[in-house]
Amino acid sequence: MKKLRRKVYMVAGYNTISMGSGRKEFHPKKERPGLEDYIKEAGQGVLKLIGGAGNVDECVIGNFMASRFNRQANLAAFFPYIDEGLRYKPATRVEGACGSGGLALISGIKSILAETAEVVLAIGFEVQNTVKAIYCADFLAPAGWAANRKDGHAYFFPGQFSERAGAYFEKFGRETTRKAFARWYRNAIENARLCATAQEYHNTTKDLEAAAMVEPNPKAFLENLTALDCSKVSDGASAIAIMSEEGLKRCGIPVSDAIEVVGYGQVEEDITKPPPDKTALTTMKKAVSEALESAGITIAQVATAEVHDCFTVAGIMAVEALGLAASGKGPEFVLEGNTARDGKFPINTTGGLVGWGHPTGGTGVHMAVTLLEQLKGKAGASQVVIPVDRPYGLMANMGGDDKTLVAIVFKA
Amino acid sequence: MTYEERLQHVSVLGAAGKMGSGILLLTAVEMADLSLKAGNKGKTFVLNAIDVSDEGLAGVMRYLKAQILKIAEKKVHALRAMYAEHHDLIDNDEIIARYIFDVMNVVRPTTRLEAAYDSNLVFEAIKEDSALKIRIFSQINQNNPKQPWFFTNTSSIPITVLDEGAGLGGRIIGFHFYNPPAVQKLVEVIRSKQTLDEVNDFALAYAKNLRKVVVPARDIAGFIGNGHFMRDILYAVDVIHKLMDMGMSITEAIYAVNKVTQEFLVRPMGIFQLIDYVGVDVCGFIMFVMNPFTKDEEIHSKLLDKLLGQGVKGGQYSDGSQKDGILKYEKGKIVAVYDPLKEMYIPVSEIQSLVDEKLGAMPAAPAWKSVVGNKAKDDILKPYFAQLRSATSAGAEIAREYVRKSNEIGWRLVANGVAFNDADVNTVLLTGFFHAYGPINEYLD
Repeated sequence: MKKLRRKVYMVAGYNTISMGSGRKEFHPKKERPGLEDYIKEAGQGVLKLIGGAGNVDECVIGNFMASRFNRQANLAAFFPYIDEGLRYKPATRVEGACGSGGLALISGIKSILAETAEVVLAIGFEVQNTVKAIYCADFLAPAGWAANRKDGHAYFFPGQFSERAGAYFEKFGRETTRKAFARWYRNAIENARLCATAQEYHNTTKDLEAAAMVEPNPKAFLENLTALDCSKVSDGASAIAIMSEEGLKRCGIPVSDAIEVVGYGQVEEDITKPPPDKTALTTMKKAVSEALESAGITIAQVATAEVHDCFTVAGIMAVEALGLAASGKGPEFVLEGNTARDGKFPINTTGGLVGWGHPTGGTGVHMAVTLLEQLKGKAGASQVVIPVDRPYGLMANMGGDDKTLVAIVFKA
Repeated sequence: MTYEERLQHVSVLGAAGKMGSGILLLTAVEMADLSLKAGNKGKTFVLNAIDVSDEGLAGVMRYLKAQILKIAEKKVHALRAMYAEHHDLIDNDEIIARYIFDVMNVVRPTTRLEAAYDSNLVFEAIKEDSALKIRIFSQINQNNPKQPWFFTNTSSIPITVLDEGAGLGGRIIGFHFYNPPAVQKLVEVIRSKQTLDEVNDFALAYAKNLRKVVVPARDIAGFIGNGHFMRDILYAVDVIHKLMDMGMSITEAIYAVNKVTQEFLVRPMGIFQLIDYVGVDVCGFIMFVMNPFTKDEEIHSKLLDKLLGQGVKGGQYSDGSQKDGILKYEKGKIVAVYDPLKEMYIPVSEIQSLVDEKLGAMPAAPAWKSVVGNKAKDDILKPYFAQLRSATSAGAEIAREYVRKSNEIGWRLVANGVAFNDADVNTVLLTGFFHAYGPINEYLD
């Protein structure tokens, strides 16, 4: 992939709380904000930082399944609800399952590159606690191939990744891998405890790794994963502004406040086919290598990454897809502490999907917001060290079982 | 007749009642699961929900729907396998909705007793009245050519009385669910003098499929559960009189005994709260039924009679919340105690500190919640009871005597042949009453 023909920046990120079980204020039977409230909060959060709706040329919103969770479609029409100043402006809704947020970013980047816009407001969201987990599983299943649903697990996606975990156990050994899952979980929760918007912010479990090492119970849930290996059901929205240099000028924002999009990879795999290798995220690997290549850097120059750990096993495989560890060596890399916040390559510094939460259509945008904060030294208690010789951040957002992939490289 | 054939035509009598609706639910689920087995395609499964109240039957159908939904959500994984051949059912919600329909579809609500004339098996959960039960059993037995089996949920009437009274020739067994049947794991199984082996075998198989814990009891009025509970109540009333002799008012004494039995005996609720939960009227009625069968022992409480005479009944609202009884409740908390002398409730705030003062210093008791279900509960209970043993206050003395009395009631049930062994008595109290420890123990020895 060629270098970008124009400079693209991201700035002014905003995350709502990732609401759901684990948050003290969450009660499944109490009334909660609707999708319109989440969209509005995140959108207004960004508009405040960029001088208002008048500065926005285009809008894009990523969402997976509001049509079922909230009985709502036609989501682009919520932009004028955020601010009347967005009325009559072009807006698009994009969908690529849990990769919808990443697609929203890519859509915005392309509008800047195409010079149809100088300022794009990008939002991603999902409001999922409208139904119990067992029905949530129904609503999320279309991220996979519908023809496989009938024979699939009641919890369809967790079932698919449980199969991946089983394959990984068989090929590379169960014990070390499960220990690495537990470490991944611990890192996720410890990071989330430092981020006030994280779903696991209130988590008080003392021995996290011991909790995560409890054996899976296939009768109650899955064969190879426990509930702690899974990201939770979340309500949340994230938003960010995507701008050209001209856009930054218009908004009065110095370039030094923004991060630059220096490369990206957008990759699709055939949804009707099973993964070529259950023990690897091959599409993610492709997207990441394209992103790094277009940025003209190697993974060794990256300081931190946000990866799509919808399940701990996906986190381990993502480590390998990024090129940080060879195939089968992800568990050791994690167990050596490399991905912890004080490790040599901190990953998911606000908790990732397991710790911060996974409002499916919002996750890609949340990744960009986290990297913006980290690379600009504005991550507060979550801040990790960004070495001056490695001023890059990488995100890898995945839709479905390694089908829709967006990887973006940012420069501080 | 096989297990499955037996369950192809069943009736529940008193199906709209609290126990009957639970039995109906569990049986409907078991029958529907059988009907969904691959080999049973085309076979019919019929469950008559028989009750005198049309309104009650309408309510029980709503109850069934809500409960089956919960059950289906819990076992959706198994349901996906059961409906694997139904290619039109793909999402969990479609499968759950179909299962609810399939379970409801075996149930036939009716107010006509005649429906039971075709049944192979009749569950009975009507009023605790032996004459009424005998009359209905006889009527069904005489009109039903299938020689039906009768499963009675009586908690107190000897099964032999019903068997002989209705001329059933051993086609009856006591199958005593605990309240609520859908939740409580315990079933007491009681054979009459003549209960046929095959009836007993079926009862055990059925209980196993419902994942119930079976405790066999001998056919002596009250069996194990009420055998302990009713005597426990009578002892509590004795203690009240003792405390009143020592200068406490009746409300203070009730409050004190309730507090001691809950907190210092580490039980889920105090004895008077439990009476309210079951119903003062139900307790009185069980005693009335048991008393004629208990020689050398008076199972009867004048205090309960007096309370009932004043309309103090307890029991629960249809949503499961507690009605006021001997105690008055607000959001599940005890806020007042009934005074049968003044015929009014006295607020707990007026009693509490006086009672605490009179009970004196008590060892810190572990919370019931922290003990029940705790695998290492002996490590909590032993040191607690050791402290209780050496405590000198009046309250500690009451608690110790109470523990010893409960122990005595327990071993007497074994000595009198109601229970087969100590372990069975303890299982009933642990499982059916959610006690944290069995009454037969050595904590104070």
